[in-house]
Amino acid sequence: MSDDDGLIAQQIPRLRRYARALTGDRSAADDLVQDTLERALSRYHLWRRGSDLRAWLFTIMHNIYVNQARSRARHQHEALEADPGAEALRGRDPDWMELRDLASALARVPEEQRAVLLLVGLEQFTYDEAARVLEIPIGTVMSRLSRGRERLRILIGGDAGVTALKVVK
Amino acid sequence: MSVPPVTEAELNAYVDAVLPPARAAEVEAYLAERPDEAARVASYREQAHALRREFDQVLDEPVPERLRPPPPARALRRYAAVLAWIVLGGAIGWQLHAYTSVRQVEAGAWARRAAMAHVTYSPEVRHPVEVGADQEAHLVAWLSKRLGTPLKVPHLGGLGYSLVGGRLLPGDRGPVAQFMYQDGKGLRLTLYVRVNPDASRETAFRFSQEQGISVFYWLDKKLGYALSGEIDKSDLLRVADAVYKQLNP
Repeated sequence: MSDDDGLIAQQIPRLRRYARALTGDRSAADDLVQDTLERALSRYHLWRRGSDLRAWLFTIMHNIYVNQARSRARHQHEALEADPGAEALRGRDPDWMELRDLASALARVPEEQRAVLLLVGLEQFTYDEAARVLEIPIGTVMSRLSRGRERLRILIGGDAGVTALKVVK
Repeated sequence: MSVPPVTEAELNAYVDAVLPPARAAEVEAYLAERPDEAARVASYREQAHALRREFDQVLDEPVPERLRPPPPARALRRYAAVLAWIVLGGAIGWQLHAYTSVRQVEAGAWARRAAMAHVTYSPEVRHPVEVGADQEAHLVAWLSKRLGTPLKVPHLGGLGYSLVGGRLLPGDRGPVAQFMYQDGKGLRLTLYVRVNPDASRETAFRFSQEQGISVFYWLDKKLGYALSGEIDKSDLLRVADAVYKQLNP
């Protein structure tokens, strides 16, 4: 294994952790990591030596994820029209028992909020770094973070009754 | 005189412990009078812990074959821009040809990982470590737990290096710990600690130096240590010696 691969390889477990939490699915997560690694290796010469390799890889992953999410939304839309039964698989309308499960609660946090929540809460990026990874202003990071955290708190049902009512619009 | 109102953004910054201390104290006072808000803040903090509890296990999973890097020949052709790194690996590898034992080659390979980890994290300004020296007891307990054996963190204040903190890294045989130190001028050293496959083995200090990074590495029964820094061999040896003495009083 050559050394440049080694540097990137060190980051794979973290990329997998973030991707797993982001997608909520093991094989979708590893697909995302694989796409990220391929793109990163083909663009390695663009990485500024001495800058944060991890942040650079996460930026690449985020861009791929966003692009795939767009095409996923398109396909999902088509699939729903073609096959109403497919919604049961994707619609994810878990009952309250399941909602207490962190992973499924996370899946119900809007994607853009979930990304911030995970970068800051799981991956310990600073707000500034998260802003650069997601290529959004820091104020947007802050507002997505606070909305995402509140959303997740309600979904987990941290303090039952009152907040549960808010979910049922 | 009156305290400015606490914003939602500040509550979140408080959760992430990034508010200036004076403002954090005001937020604390604000929360002390508002149990609902305090509970909300507590639940945000718990979220981060829960996320790590749920997903940290991914770090320990073996990386699937399809995510491993391509074979070197292809890599060499494709990534000429990283010549410096290839030279580093090659030079250390070449040194290793001097040795014949497979075990010694293996020892050199992990020292190289230590050097790479040093290069990766020591330039970090905002995130040099995962857990800072202010939480040293927690840091040591956490890393000991993850490596599955009690660790000790040497104190190098006598040589002018203070502990910055540490982090957990993936090694080729499981989790590895990295402690970081820096001197008054911001020069950083890292101590890479791994669990040895052969717990009965001890070695003398070995040294390698490439691209300005010096590494002393040695095996000490259960644990292997590699001390890396961009300093002279003799200076680094003094530090390695102090580390060894503290770990073997």
